[in-house]
Amino acid sequence: MAKTTAHTVRDNDLSRRTSPAAPLADAFEAGSVAGVVELREEPFLTMVGLRVQRGTEVGERIAAVTGGLPEASGGVSGNEDSSVLWLGPTEFLVVAPMEAHETLGGTLIQSLRDALGDGAGQVVDLSANRTTFELTGSRARAVLEKGCSLDLHPRVLEAGTALSTEIGQIPVVLWKTGDESFRIFPRASFADFLGRWLLDAMREFASPEVP
Amino acid sequence: MLLISCPNCGSRDETEFHYGGQAHVPYPENPDELTDRQWAEFLFYRDNTKGSFAERWLHSTGCRQWFNMLRDTVTYDIQAIYPMGAPRPVPDAGEPADFGTASLAPDSTTTGTTGPSVASTDLGPAEPAATAPKGAMK
Ligand SMILES: [Zn+2]
Repeated sequence: MAKTTAHTVRDNDLSRRTSPAAPLADAFEAGSVAGVVELREEPFLTMVGLRVQRGTEVGERIAAVTGGLPEASGGVSGNEDSSVLWLGPTEFLVVAPMEAHETLGGTLIQSLRDALGDGAGQVVDLSANRTTFELTGSRARAVLEKGCSLDLHPRVLEAGTALSTEIGQIPVVLWKTGDESFRIFPRASFADFLGRWLLDAMREFASPEVP
Repeated sequence: MLLISCPNCGSRDETEFHYGGQAHVPYPENPDELTDRQWAEFLFYRDNTKGSFAERWLHSTGCRQWFNMLRDTVTYDIQAIYPMGAPRPVPDAGEPADFGTASLAPDSTTTGTTGPSVASTDLGPAEPAATAPKGAMK
């Protein structure tokens, strides 16, 4: 395939883009309760879908770029540049900062393509497929528990775990990035619904707790 | 709500899965040799088992992988989960513990004997051993 023409003027690119939950940005800010539960969109992260068999030659080549491929459900591998989430036995999602995207001069996707070569598998730029919500705070888990059937208690779900599941009946990837912080990846078309759903679930924590 | 144990992901709610119908219905080896009736039976006719039933499931909002399940259509007991392509597990008398859930023993005497669903094989001659051996699990 021909090389895509590289857009190098970063400001130009960004000013033209509207992230899936951008219309809710003010509502997210208003609905966040500092230190209790806060919600914001982290737009335009670079995401790459990988289909490759772990342990094969091509799998090893790709793992060398990504800093490993997670072994089983829940697993997250990575290095300082990107993280790799397990989605299925031969399916992974690479998540990297916006700057890693080739339109901004990043080399991640091309180096994954190079690593794949003509081996069996896929490297697909999925950056526009999902957006990213960051839900943080001491009550973040309580908010998610209203609409997620996974056991989110820390004795079961440890930080550094990512799982495909449903929140508010929306299929998402849920990544527990810290003890009180979650990244939620809904598909772009679900971002508005899930954003509003989360805001609604957060609302009670703005009021003083009723004993 | 069923709690289904995905071979890759562990226990998840039924809403994460899609049902894929009866398992072990092989594609005819020579479809063009079938009569219309035989072809229709392959396409549309499935068992309606009361009792232990082998079926396909897809973990659609999880790992997106298919697997087979042996489920009791009366009690909803999930008796076995096994990979696509593997033969239907037969609970042999030697090791009942393998399939036993606590409720199976008392229940199975009632549900097991209600299994003359074999009668439904009247459609039979169309399918050369296409359907797995049916009937009572016991
Ligand atoms: Zn699964």
